[in-house]
Amino acid sequence: MNNSILNTIIRKPAVLILEDGAVFRGRAFGAVGEAGGEVVFNTSMTGYQEVLTDPSYYGQIVTMTYPLIGNYGVNEEDVESSKIQVAGFIVKEISQIPSNWRSTRSLEEWMLSQHIVGLCGVDTRALVRKLRTYGVMRGVISTEDGTEADIHAKIDAVPSMIGADLVRSVTTNESYRWKDRLHPTYHSKIFTKSANPLCVLAFDFGIKQNILRHLTERGCEVHVVPAYTDADEIRALQPDGIFLSNGPGDPEPVTYAIHTIQQLLGSYPIFGICLGHQVLGLALGGTTYKLKFGHRGANQPVKHLKSGKIDITSQNHGFCVDMESIRDKKVEVTHINLNDNTVEGLESRELRCFSVQYHPEASPGPYDAAHHFDRFVRMMTGDKDE
Amino acid sequence: MPKRTDIHKILIIGSGPIIIGQACEFDYSGTQGCKALREEGYEVVLVNSNPATIMTDPDLGNRTYIEPISPQVLEKIIEIEKPDCLLPTLGGQTALNNAVALAENGILERHGVELIGAKLEAINKAEDRELFKEAMNRINLQVPRSGYARSVDEAMNIIKEVGFPAIIRPSFTLGGTGAGTAYNREEFPDVVRWGLECSPCHTVLIEESVLGWKEFELEVMRDLADNVVIICSIENFDPMGVHTGDSITVAPAQTLTDKEYQAMRDASIDIIREIGVETGGSNIQFAVNPKDGRMVVIEMNPRVSRSSALASKATGFPIAKIAAKLAVGFTLDEIRNDITRVTPASFEPTIDYCVVKIPRWAFEKFPGSDSTLGTQMKSVGEAMSIGRTFKEALQKGLRSLEIDRFGFGADGKDTYVFQHQLVFEDPQDSSYQDPSASYLKEEIIEKLKRPNPDRIFYIRYALQIGLSIQDIYQYTKIDPWFLVNLAEIVDMEYQLRNVKKDVVEWIREDQKIVGV
Repeated sequence: MNNSILNTIIRKPAVLILEDGAVFRGRAFGAVGEAGGEVVFNTSMTGYQEVLTDPSYYGQIVTMTYPLIGNYGVNEEDVESSKIQVAGFIVKEISQIPSNWRSTRSLEEWMLSQHIVGLCGVDTRALVRKLRTYGVMRGVISTEDGTEADIHAKIDAVPSMIGADLVRSVTTNESYRWKDRLHPTYHSKIFTKSANPLCVLAFDFGIKQNILRHLTERGCEVHVVPAYTDADEIRALQPDGIFLSNGPGDPEPVTYAIHTIQQLLGSYPIFGICLGHQVLGLALGGTTYKLKFGHRGANQPVKHLKSGKIDITSQNHGFCVDMESIRDKKVEVTHINLNDNTVEGLESRELRCFSVQYHPEASPGPYDAAHHFDRFVRMMTGDKDE
Repeated sequence: MPKRTDIHKILIIGSGPIIIGQACEFDYSGTQGCKALREEGYEVVLVNSNPATIMTDPDLGNRTYIEPISPQVLEKIIEIEKPDCLLPTLGGQTALNNAVALAENGILERHGVELIGAKLEAINKAEDRELFKEAMNRINLQVPRSGYARSVDEAMNIIKEVGFPAIIRPSFTLGGTGAGTAYNREEFPDVVRWGLECSPCHTVLIEESVLGWKEFELEVMRDLADNVVIICSIENFDPMGVHTGDSITVAPAQTLTDKEYQAMRDASIDIIREIGVETGGSNIQFAVNPKDGRMVVIEMNPRVSRSSALASKATGFPIAKIAAKLAVGFTLDEIRNDITRVTPASFEPTIDYCVVKIPRWAFEKFPGSDSTLGTQMKSVGEAMSIGRTFKEALQKGLRSLEIDRFGFGADGKDTYVFQHQLVFEDPQDSSYQDPSASYLKEEIIEKLKRPNPDRIFYIRYALQIGLSIQDIYQYTKIDPWFLVNLAEIVDMEYQLRNVKKDVVEWIREDQKIVGV
């Protein structure tokens, strides 16, 4: 009988085991093998390519709450770093074909080429409910034929996020100049542009490329520097402003950068995003703590306390600045998350620094908050209002 | 911003009799709106000529008028009731048109009635083709390229901009007389000449054809503090050329990358601001060229629409209810999210499932009507279904249509049953089709090319006789992603038949051993 329309590949059974012993069965896609990491979920309905290449996900196994993944394939443009950063990827259903005019290959081929293990056919809703109820936890994906006991042993070897300095694993080893601008088709908005080029030094804690594109688009000459660059080296470069990037893991062990920022505070305009925001919070004397299941998605409502204006924001963080810890530090909380009232932004006018916990560069997610880059430019050009 | 205290009595216009294109969805939105406003302590005056609606139930409005919906009658009601304002965005196009008439005749001003939700200027900007096009140009968004020509020479200049294929529409003719499509430079002058001849003012509109492009919709909400959120994105299974009301539609959008989706989201936010819909929901339609991704704006409904009802049910975000509250001055963060009950309504729903809406037609009730689907809506209802995959949702939807089908075929109701799909039946039986028969192929391709209520099942037959995904795409312009999902369902059917065969053969073997 001529009985198959599509040449569907028969996928090997594979499994995800969590540190509490829970087992989720599915099928392998992408590379075969084993991958361990902290299992987290992202609620964005689009943007898996950006998620997979975001260095903030280093050391994590990501699952998408949206069940149909891979529909539009992958392309050369929508990347946030030079490679896939996640440890593993879990989806409900992987698309059999990519369908999009920009697609150059399928998600599966891309993962395979970068040796990233994937698990599909998993009841991701049950998995996410578990993570929401009990908090994120460590886990291992395996496409091998080993026993569950073997895998349990491997979970214990996965390092805990708390106290781990993952920035060292993703930061650049050498400084470099960034030149690319935003994709003209998808960013038609007119931005604040500086007449003279502004020299921005961007600390790379695991920087997303769209941040660099946004800065370049606004007339900044961006130099990306390693996370451990010290204050003297920064001063020697005479920047107009300093940018603190996003990055993976716990901000507290990134003591070298916190120390450097403390020395630079007040000398230059400083803008931080995500881990950069946490690092700034710590440099200003605050503390951070780990959220139960974090904020990862593209629909987080953030309120600007002064104006009441709400931005729908893209977020990816497991740690958060403690509001109480910065209360008397001449720092103002500027933004809060409307879902759980946690800190989403802070500023010190006196020290000319501000930061946001969310991602104004989006990618994936809405562009509502891109105005923060404009503000940074105005700060550097000496706009009186800033 | 708290709710307004300077207004007390609000007039709501319903959508009147149930007609194709304007059915119970506007009863649903009107009812939600009434409840929301009464909950806030406002007095609601309701006008609807249709007593068979929920909104005209005695408890819903403070005063209910079951009267014809016309400016004359509405004026009399305004005289009697003296409402402070009129909320025109919940009763479909009927309510909107009547509100426009009341505003333009100066009736609202004379009686001191304020239009809330959408002002007259905004409604006109959204509804008038020329004004809409100008507005889109101001915010750097594209609409299908077009131009008016009075001669073939002028037309030749315009076509350079518009490109092929182009639609030529004579001005001021009834029922589209003289309209035509030109696919190339050779036939173009003739089509234009014929169009010019048909037009009493000797003018034709030459417009870029977006037939076969991918169609998307976004549901947008805005409050008086200028916060804008997108409630839902919808991708049409049937491409441009089939009315959205006659299309199978899917939420959320399936085949857009994040960059493309965000560009569409930004465009929607710019549109609702530029058109000036102050509060409430709007529906914005886009067409996207599948070859290069060029995005054009098709239209905007500055009111709660059929798609809003779908988006509300698909996401759990009650658009009409929230729209009513925004119209009286609340901002999104002051309204509670109905699902979580603890977080505010200023968020964008994100779902972990797929929603499919399938139209329901009733051509048997309209003898002599043509079942070809096009730009005029013909469906009389719809089924909506939710599943964790598109395949699951689609099959549930097909089963819910009450057309006596159990899903995507294989239910004993198929028009064609092919020899090769059978397991035990006699393939010589003449009621089974030979999949290689050429007349069959022609018949099926014909059904694929012409959008019709049964087309979805003909895609099944096309797959069964061996047409490729690419072939079917050429005939239907339905995105290959959807087609592959349909093929997966058919493949599963074949797998199940094989299992049945294996099991039965295994039992037969065992029967021999025990001597049955």
